[in-house]
Amino acid sequence: MPDITSEIISDSISGKSGTELYAEREQRVQDAMDLKETDRVPLSLFSHFWPATLAGITFEQAMYDYDAFNDAMRQTLELLQPDMYALNQTYISVGPTLELMEFKQLEWPGHGTDPNVSFQFLDREYMKKNEYDDYLADPTNFFLRQYMPRVAGAFEPFAKLPYLPAQYYFKMIRVPTAFADDDMIEGLEKILAAGKEMRKMMKGALAFAKDMAEEGFVQSIGGSAAAPFDNFADYLRGSKGAMLDMFRNKDKLLECMDRVADAIVKDTIVASKHNPSRQIFIPLHWGLDNFMSPEQFELFFWPPLRKVLMGLIEADLIPCVLWEGDCTSRLETIADIPKGKAVYWFEQTDPVHAKEVLGDITCIRGNVSSSMLITGTPDDVDAECKRLIKGAGKGGGFILDGAIGLPDEAKVENVVAMAQSVHKYAN
Amino acid sequence: MSNEKHDKLINLIADMEEDEALELTQELIDEGADPTDILEICRAAMDIVGQRFEDNEYFVPELILAGEMLDQMSEMVKPLISDTTDEEDKEDTGGTVLIGTVHGDLHDIGKNIVTFMLDVNGFKVIDLGVDVSPQAFIDAIKENSITVVGLSGFLTLAFDSMKETVEAITEAGLRDDVKIMIGGGQVDEQIRGYTGADSFGLNAMSAVNQCKEWLGEAA
Repeated sequence: MPDITSEIISDSISGKSGTELYAEREQRVQDAMDLKETDRVPLSLFSHFWPATLAGITFEQAMYDYDAFNDAMRQTLELLQPDMYALNQTYISVGPTLELMEFKQLEWPGHGTDPNVSFQFLDREYMKKNEYDDYLADPTNFFLRQYMPRVAGAFEPFAKLPYLPAQYYFKMIRVPTAFADDDMIEGLEKILAAGKEMRKMMKGALAFAKDMAEEGFVQSIGGSAAAPFDNFADYLRGSKGAMLDMFRNKDKLLECMDRVADAIVKDTIVASKHNPSRQIFIPLHWGLDNFMSPEQFELFFWPPLRKVLMGLIEADLIPCVLWEGDCTSRLETIADIPKGKAVYWFEQTDPVHAKEVLGDITCIRGNVSSSMLITGTPDDVDAECKRLIKGAGKGGGFILDGAIGLPDEAKVENVVAMAQSVHKYAN
Repeated sequence: MSNEKHDKLINLIADMEEDEALELTQELIDEGADPTDILEICRAAMDIVGQRFEDNEYFVPELILAGEMLDQMSEMVKPLISDTTDEEDKEDTGGTVLIGTVHGDLHDIGKNIVTFMLDVNGFKVIDLGVDVSPQAFIDAIKENSITVVGLSGFLTLAFDSMKETVEAITEAGLRDDVKIMIGGGQVDEQIRGYTGADSFGLNAMSAVNQCKEWLGEAA
């Protein structure tokens, strides 16, 4: 690890216990989300492989060597001292699990991408265009017997399961035979192994989080959710399929999205129940200005997303929506949520402008650009952070972060400049 | 070429009325229409689609559907056409655009949209696909008398891949022969400077306009 420790950052924590730091940071973030003025703008740490870049391990190691990545995460937190951080292990240290379950929707280091290239989602048609009725008739059956066999080798034998709602009495007694099928046994063994592996990784990650909490580090993500349109465009129909369905299968797409919104809310509430943070991370992919028209956004994207946001808010969770791309034309529309109940994180939309439109409604987060963090200088980053803190941070309700967190290739000195800025500049 | 049904078909395509457009196409074929007229209709309709895209009336979903309609109509008339292809018509546009997603990046939707928009604007485009190595770009430049190279990338790792590709083209002695444009995801002016490309674009229309500037108006 290069010697890039920052005095400004070290001074900010000196003399404070882990317990004090935790309480102070948790309150600072909460106040920002409540749109209250804070002593300084909070700093968020969200990243994928940047800790690996810092620690000098490969992305492949980050995905496979749990201890090495835990160590990289520790170095990152101790260097930057963020007010909140995402527990990356849950979405980075998954190489062995992906392999064991033979996951097909991703290519990852050593499995389709180079050892130092991030994992990438494969945009494909995982649900066929004529399967909307199957989905609507019985989503669980559709997932179990049609969708899941397509996304992982371990799930393939599920395609052979009988249609469960039609089983009764002696038919039900015969159901176990389906599970004694040779392919099914093999598939179940893979699932079991993948599940055990994931538990092992999570156990280490949670122990890490506990240690970090004792040192004063607060987790930012209590769960995640998707916009219903993205759910279909990314994971089911593929982007091309979903966009064609906007014309060819409009009513069914709308009906399915309305339905999946309820499922997403229900599942997210349960999944996030025991997590330390109430923030639900919702990265958005297809609703940006350049992709669909304002009319399409207001028909296909926003209503089902709003349904998810409102469901989470009603459950006392805090949606943290990452508006990828430029969403400037959407700002007035997306203002239609209750005050102080969500975080809007912008990638390319200018937070200073967003603050003018949304400042009374939602906490704003962002957005030092990836290009600057990778190719700029610490002075560039410092000046941009100052602009954001003074502009979007004015009066509170702002959290500083990278445009999409820290890009994997960001220069260490630039990231340090960003982390220092919250201590240097008053909002 | 001007009759009521032709005009109607142009409008149906341009207005995204897929089913009716395909029905009318079949009707024209059944009536013995000249297949090259139908391709001309497609081209006229795509001009309107392109214009509406430029005017922010249409967005990506319309381009995707327009592409699908075009594919289906081409399939319908293909059996009726001899060897006169669209690509040959484009030979005299003054240059060919080579496009691909750079090494390490597997994303293709942005590249596909740019390819489609260049194509409907009459440019000859060679698409090398995704995860394209610098050498593959160089080989294709040499083999195809390329004038414009379009480097696409969604991930931040693409910044370095684009830079390496531009450098490799320079080292191969080809830099002065081609103009290089980059686009996708988080690419901006800072990244244009970093990679050494000639221009960057935020959307498909800027790629089209850039090619028009460099190559002149296509056929």
